[in-house]
Amino acid sequence: MPELIRLTIDGRSVEVEPGTLVIEAARRVGVKIPSFCYYEGLSLAGACRMCLVEVEKMPKLQTACTLVATPGMVVRTDTPQVAEARRAMVEFLLTNHPLDCPVCDKGGECELQDMAFRYGAAESRYLEAKHHVPEQQWSPVVFYDRPRCILCYRCVRVCDEGMGVGALGVVNRGGRSEIAPNRGDHLECDECGACIDICPVGALTSGMYRYQTRPWEMNHVGTICAFCADGCKTTLGVYHDRIMRGNNRDRSGLNGEFLCIKGRYAADFPHHPARLSRPLVRQDGELRPASWLEALSLVEARLREALAAGSPIGVIGSNHTTNEENYFLQKFARQWLKTNHLDHQRTGDVPALASALAGREGTLASTEDLYTARAVLVVGADLAQQHPLLSWQIRANWRHHRARIYVVTTGPVREDRYAARSVRVEPGGELEGLLALAEALRAEPDLVILFGDAIQGEDVARLVAFGDSLGIPVKYVCLVDYANSRGAADMGLLPDLGPGYQPLERPGMTLEEMLECPDLAVLWVVGANPLIGRQRPPSRFLLVQDLFLTETARLADVVLPAASAYEKDGTVTNVCGEVQRLRKVVAVAGVKTDLEIFSLLACRMGFQKDPVGWETVLREIADAVPGYRLSVPALLAGAPQRTHFASQASSSRRGKVRSARDTLFTSGTLGRFATILSQVREAPGALYRG
Amino acid sequence: MLHPEPHPAEVVLLTRRFRLPDSASIGTYLATEGYQAFRKALAMTPEEIIEEVKKSNLRGRGGAGFPTGLKWSFVPRNSPKPKYVVANADEGEPGTCKDRLLMQYDPHSLLEGMLIAARAVDARAGYIYIRGEYRYLIEILDRAIEEARRHGLLGRNILGSGMDFDIYTHSGAGSYECGEETALLESLEGKRGVPRLRPPFPATSGAFGCPTVLNNVETFCSVPPIILRGGLAFAGLGTPKNGGTRLFAISGHVNRPGVYELPMGFNLLRMIHEVAGGVRGGRKLKAVIPGGSSCPVLRAEECDLPMDFDSLARAGSMLGSGGVIVMDETTCMVKAAARILRFYARESCGFCTPCREGTQWLAQVLTRLERGHGQRGDVEVVRDVARNMLGRTFCPLGDAAAMPALSFIEKFRDEFEAHLEGRPCAAEEVALHA
Repeated sequence: MPELIRLTIDGRSVEVEPGTLVIEAARRVGVKIPSFCYYEGLSLAGACRMCLVEVEKMPKLQTACTLVATPGMVVRTDTPQVAEARRAMVEFLLTNHPLDCPVCDKGGECELQDMAFRYGAAESRYLEAKHHVPEQQWSPVVFYDRPRCILCYRCVRVCDEGMGVGALGVVNRGGRSEIAPNRGDHLECDECGACIDICPVGALTSGMYRYQTRPWEMNHVGTICAFCADGCKTTLGVYHDRIMRGNNRDRSGLNGEFLCIKGRYAADFPHHPARLSRPLVRQDGELRPASWLEALSLVEARLREALAAGSPIGVIGSNHTTNEENYFLQKFARQWLKTNHLDHQRTGDVPALASALAGREGTLASTEDLYTARAVLVVGADLAQQHPLLSWQIRANWRHHRARIYVVTTGPVREDRYAARSVRVEPGGELEGLLALAEALRAEPDLVILFGDAIQGEDVARLVAFGDSLGIPVKYVCLVDYANSRGAADMGLLPDLGPGYQPLERPGMTLEEMLECPDLAVLWVVGANPLIGRQRPPSRFLLVQDLFLTETARLADVVLPAASAYEKDGTVTNVCGEVQRLRKVVAVAGVKTDLEIFSLLACRMGFQKDPVGWETVLREIADAVPGYRLSVPALLAGAPQRTHFASQASSSRRGKVRSARDTLFTSGTLGRFATILSQVREAPGALYRG
Repeated sequence: MLHPEPHPAEVVLLTRRFRLPDSASIGTYLATEGYQAFRKALAMTPEEIIEEVKKSNLRGRGGAGFPTGLKWSFVPRNSPKPKYVVANADEGEPGTCKDRLLMQYDPHSLLEGMLIAARAVDARAGYIYIRGEYRYLIEILDRAIEEARRHGLLGRNILGSGMDFDIYTHSGAGSYECGEETALLESLEGKRGVPRLRPPFPATSGAFGCPTVLNNVETFCSVPPIILRGGLAFAGLGTPKNGGTRLFAISGHVNRPGVYELPMGFNLLRMIHEVAGGVRGGRKLKAVIPGGSSCPVLRAEECDLPMDFDSLARAGSMLGSGGVIVMDETTCMVKAAARILRFYARESCGFCTPCREGTQWLAQVLTRLERGHGQRGDVEVVRDVARNMLGRTFCPLGDAAAMPALSFIEKFRDEFEAHLEGRPCAAEEVALHA
């Protein structure tokens, strides 16, 4: 433990670690030093000059954002000279600022407004003509209004350092300086909007949100992003029951402020015109709208018939529904419908990892671990495309802690650029490729291994054996595709494993087998689209619950319109096995949550007396699912809860695992109904594959 | 501009080869003690070289006047990184044109100075960062470098000593800011020419993040005489703490404008009236900017002082880069101030707030005043804006713009008021009565 440094700020004594900046030291004792260009986690700029402070024995004012605390330093921020300097900087920033606050998207949440209010002068002395430049559109997502820009370079740095993309730069000089895409007039980037979110003023605005509403007209609800498995918290702004935007400015959640295009701008799918809002029932070969009563009665009748006849029933669960829904569905199937024909579209071999690590505590890496581990190994995955948060964490770890990154993939990935070593292999050669790294990895203090679907079945155990052979602490992440892919496996939506990967005595049919089985009386598909590009399965009755009339729903006998992740409460488990809380953001007319649908059916069929709420199911999960003994109150309060693999966890011996290989701009069925994802160009693919 | 004969008051040391035939060639250079200093340095330890430079009281000729020997001693010689020697040939300060003559007439002295620096810090590569407008000098330098290579004075195993060192020219693209040492390094590395955060200073983290000696051309050119004749001899030419001679570029309203090599501490009035032949047309001296356009202006009555770093600092100005700009009584000080500020507004790199916005603001207000469109309070705005920039910008460019603005309005306030009120200013009075 290095010796602490004691300094004085505005008469308050503070002790900080060596290397601490004065601006950070001041924050510790409640002294707020204003700044624009200083941004935690990014490189230092010293450009805006807002943070000038007086330091004893230094003749000039110093920028607190670049000044490292030294023993005995005496800093003052409350002097007339400092107040006057701040007033001067605000005055400078406002000289060419258009002051179009009444129509600016940032009005009401603008750092320049706040600074002018707190530190600025009441009057302007600037009589000259303001320099005007027309607004530019750089992509469907990003618009730039130079006159509003205060040139703090946060956008340039977050794109280069945070995202590892480096799409932005500065052109011209002096008062004509502008932020500009490095490709000239357009962006070829992740379209993540980090530059827009980090912009302290309204210079960068988004194509989705601009001129739609004022910040204070919205309600903001923090929930978990509905797309990939990384489980970013996104705070959705809602105006008149429409989701307007997403961001995570308060840095709560395991993603801090990170979000990709999906978390920020793709949350409009609940309002898509193609959204189902009434049940559909097949009559004379055509699907026609029906009432919930009619549709549920029909489903009830078919299930009762099948049960009475002892005919097999198949159930296909979802990568998107909540843990409560998944748990309840498997209970419905196994306990009440007496069937083990239960599966979901598996995108990563979690059961194999559960079995390989069964009972070994502390071997599952958390999202935080990716930022703190001394070394990270990526096997067979393009994280920047499929797991942007994990990619961000690893990049931040490399930048801030000089972590060493190792890559074994079949093609170039973004991690190559800062990897200690990258190994290229032929498809299927990943395990073999690892051997080349063994010696280097043995020298690391600890390691996190992330692996995609290239490693599955027996290979997962081999990978863990390789990890064990290194003689260092190793943690793992089994990469899966969607928001609750991990939860679907954990909750036992598998033909041969129950919740917590407990082996079943009589394994059921896999998804593939169910789709081919001619004897199924009922095939019940919840929030999945397995029939894309396929014929109707031979089952006698096909029930589908979904948001949209997917390829699968089109073939159904009954379609029940389901609520999306943004329309319900519950929990989901991310790729790292962290359980987080979903909060209901909007209500969409006509739909029901999957849990409501299951529960109503269960009541009608006499399996239970009253419908259950999600909290009741969550408590049951916490009690009954091995590895899920989590703190429900903490979870409800918003803290991610870590899970582990229980000692009796077993590997699934049946069925294949296949990632959908979505890119940053696709996300299975859901991605097709997010406006922005259909507008952006697939530039990243071109960038990172070449 | 080079006159056929040196002025009798000149102490010809750095300029001693200027008037020789074919002075830029290695033949002339070798015939006049060329590379003797380097040969001597090869026999010295790095510590001895730095000690000799320290003894000379040589201070950086770029403008800031930092002691050169001290600067070299900051380079960590035991660092495992490669070290670099960089010559700042971006001579961009208005009123300054001395490095240009050194490179034109005596390029080998620059190379030799860099070689000695390389020997002192164990560098293997050197760069001459030269302003783009000096294209014709790049050819001269490249020829000199090629000559030196052919004579085994650059390249591998120099003069059989085992020392490897080579020099490359690198052209700037027309930015004043790239004369600031860290912006120069950014530009040298192919990046946008904006200054870097300091510390770390170039001595520990300069070109490509490696320890770097970075000096002005004239500074490097001063090194061979120091090594050859000893630091004390060089120091003895100037005043205490201000060693050696200095190349002064005298421009403006004088009869014989030009570059003159004079000992440090030479009297400014003598410089104007004797060396530069007096004020043009026998007019009255009005003001002098003593060290390039960024230095606070001196009124005529303030000019009886020795030209060294410390005396000028005491007079509230700076020796700067040695560009002496002389203005006679016909000069409109509002126009002069506006012209200077338009330069800085154009050359501000735009990186930090007060310089980017302040230089534009000052240039606009002063230009309005110059053209008779002043408004009440404009002079106070100029004063406040300049004060708000002073000492608060990221690099010294903000000060370079604020100091002339402040000194012009402080020392010639009447003329600004006259422009504001529509009266003839002092310069116009002179014109009226001529």
